[in-house]
Amino acid sequence: MTAAAPLEVQSLTKHFPIGSAVRRAHVHAVDDVTFELRPGTITALVGESGSGKSTVARLLAHLDEPSSGAVLFEGSDVSHVRRRRDVLRYRSQVQIIFQDPFGSLNPVKTVRHHVERPLRIHRVVPSNQVEQRVHELLRTVGLVPPEDVAAKYPHELSGGQRQRVSIARALAVEPKVILADEPISMLDVSIRIGILNLMARLKEEHGIAFLYVTHDLASARYVADDILVMYAGQIVERGPIEDVLSEPLHPYTRLLLDAVPDPATKTDAQEIDLRKGDTSAAVDPSEGCRFRARCPLAIEICSQTTPQLVEARPRHAARCHVTAPAS
Amino acid sequence: MTILVEQPSGSRRKTGLLELRGLAVEYGFGPRPARAVDGVDLALQEGEVLGLAGESGCGKTTIANAVLQILRPPARIAAGSILFEGEDILGKSTDDLRRYRWRNVSMVLQSAMNALNPVMRVGDQFVDAMRAHEKINRKRALARAGELLELVGIDHRRVSSYPHQLSGGMRQRVVIAMALSLEPELIILDEPTTALDVVVQREILQQVEALKRDFGFAVLFITHDLSLLLEFADRIAIMYAGEIVETAPAARLAENPQHPYTQGLLRSFPPLSGPLTPLTGIPGSPPDLRDPPTGCRFHPRCPHCLPEQADLYRRQTTERPTLRVIEQGHEVACHLVAEGAE
Repeated sequence: MTAAAPLEVQSLTKHFPIGSAVRRAHVHAVDDVTFELRPGTITALVGESGSGKSTVARLLAHLDEPSSGAVLFEGSDVSHVRRRRDVLRYRSQVQIIFQDPFGSLNPVKTVRHHVERPLRIHRVVPSNQVEQRVHELLRTVGLVPPEDVAAKYPHELSGGQRQRVSIARALAVEPKVILADEPISMLDVSIRIGILNLMARLKEEHGIAFLYVTHDLASARYVADDILVMYAGQIVERGPIEDVLSEPLHPYTRLLLDAVPDPATKTDAQEIDLRKGDTSAAVDPSEGCRFRARCPLAIEICSQTTPQLVEARPRHAARCHVTAPAS
Repeated sequence: MTILVEQPSGSRRKTGLLELRGLAVEYGFGPRPARAVDGVDLALQEGEVLGLAGESGCGKTTIANAVLQILRPPARIAAGSILFEGEDILGKSTDDLRRYRWRNVSMVLQSAMNALNPVMRVGDQFVDAMRAHEKINRKRALARAGELLELVGIDHRRVSSYPHQLSGGMRQRVVIAMALSLEPELIILDEPTTALDVVVQREILQQVEALKRDFGFAVLFITHDLSLLLEFADRIAIMYAGEIVETAPAARLAENPQHPYTQGLLRSFPPLSGPLTPLTGIPGSPPDLRDPPTGCRFHPRCPHCLPEQADLYRRQTTERPTLRVIEQGHEVACHLVAEGAE
């Protein structure tokens, strides 16, 4: 742990109640999640839908309050701050970009309005410099000529351009952290790379710490430095992305990797063993590994004791009794 | 398990199941209708999996809707013909079309899991579909529904479940089972797995492949995800701005793409293994189909369209390239390629 990490997450937990009052159950959407985001690095957070990855992003963005655990921003716990001034200060440092570039912009406002608003609310620059800064920001995200783009309405832009507006808006407050929740999954394939390249450049040039939430392992590998793999609310594997993807420890990571369509290995014979998905593993989980029902490696202990994250290799940890046993 | 579902007889011709000739579909009226599909020639053989790939708005779903004759105004077929087993379906009567849909061709949509009626048991929805098309009593239809569910890996007792009791992946498999219920010769899959996780996606596609082996239907697989087609399709057609720009067997397309757009698409996928190189994607965005670029529609985004090469540039910006065969089964519509071949 270095003091340099702007955002640190400790034992973050979020339970949602489901069912009726008499048959109350709890979804452990996020359970004991710990990690840190370092400046100038992109950390990918991957998992299937329902694994809790978006909930983590929402908790970090202060859109939901955790059930327990802490979100430390530059050392102080911000998970329960309520005062508007404190929330604003946090949001000026930690920004979020959403999946849907169509839903996250106001259709009756121009691009200028979207980028200008955070500049004014957070008083980033004196009002006589706002116009100039809007143009700078649009140029930074590759929307040129900025004078023309600023006057446009969202419907006049393509999906990729809208996502760039979202990024410009996030950048306006000069944040230390950007949470990107599936930023490219709704975009056309040919323009996705452009957004990933932009994230990589912002990381380099502005030293921003990114959390890149995605279900797309290949794009994570392309852009990220570290990876966190989530399953049923828990981090089941984490480490430097090349290490994790080339030598995965957890059987779930292996399953994810095998499921990705890979043009290089086209064969009908290479059918992988896909056990029935069980998304209910996070509902009032009992003791034991949550992946055990789908796991080809499961042994007796897996249904008795919940495995802990164990660093089986340098900086590379997994939550598995078989591949990363506690010593 | 006894299969009530009849296996198709093996004596089918191995030629042209579906053929599109010069198909054009327009949206809107007045002086500037948008031509979403503009002069598409495409043939699908029996038992073949043909992938149709392209970006949103390129016209791929419009083709699917045209094949099923479910285009709604303001969309209309402006030119061309659609032959199914040699017969033009454009002149068919409403009754004939009813038989043709489901029985000959069925379709699974991207949000098919929302296509199920939420207040009706899954089994009853099968019964409705079957009884609309053939004389079969309810009990027998329900039994067949159970078998079809087993075929897609769902317990037959689920016929009495409501859609909300099933996961997204299961619902999508239910819809695929329904699409199979009248044993069509062709199934159109329009982004069948886009809303699903990679693991569920693979599960479903493996199932479709297994079913195809048993039933021998053909598949028109529409998706924006070229990497999926490279793995699951026999042949791939690439669409851009309403036109087919390249078709080739899947393996050949992966190894030897000729059209700059195809090359760009293939360069848009970062690899999961091996060395990582910076990728560029394709600069710019697809054109407005109400006012498509002159000449080659890809020319404003094409890295090989340079004013310095005056003669070529003139042709790229004024002449519309047509599909040319450059090798058995490999066709490309590009001025660059046309130059080299022949």
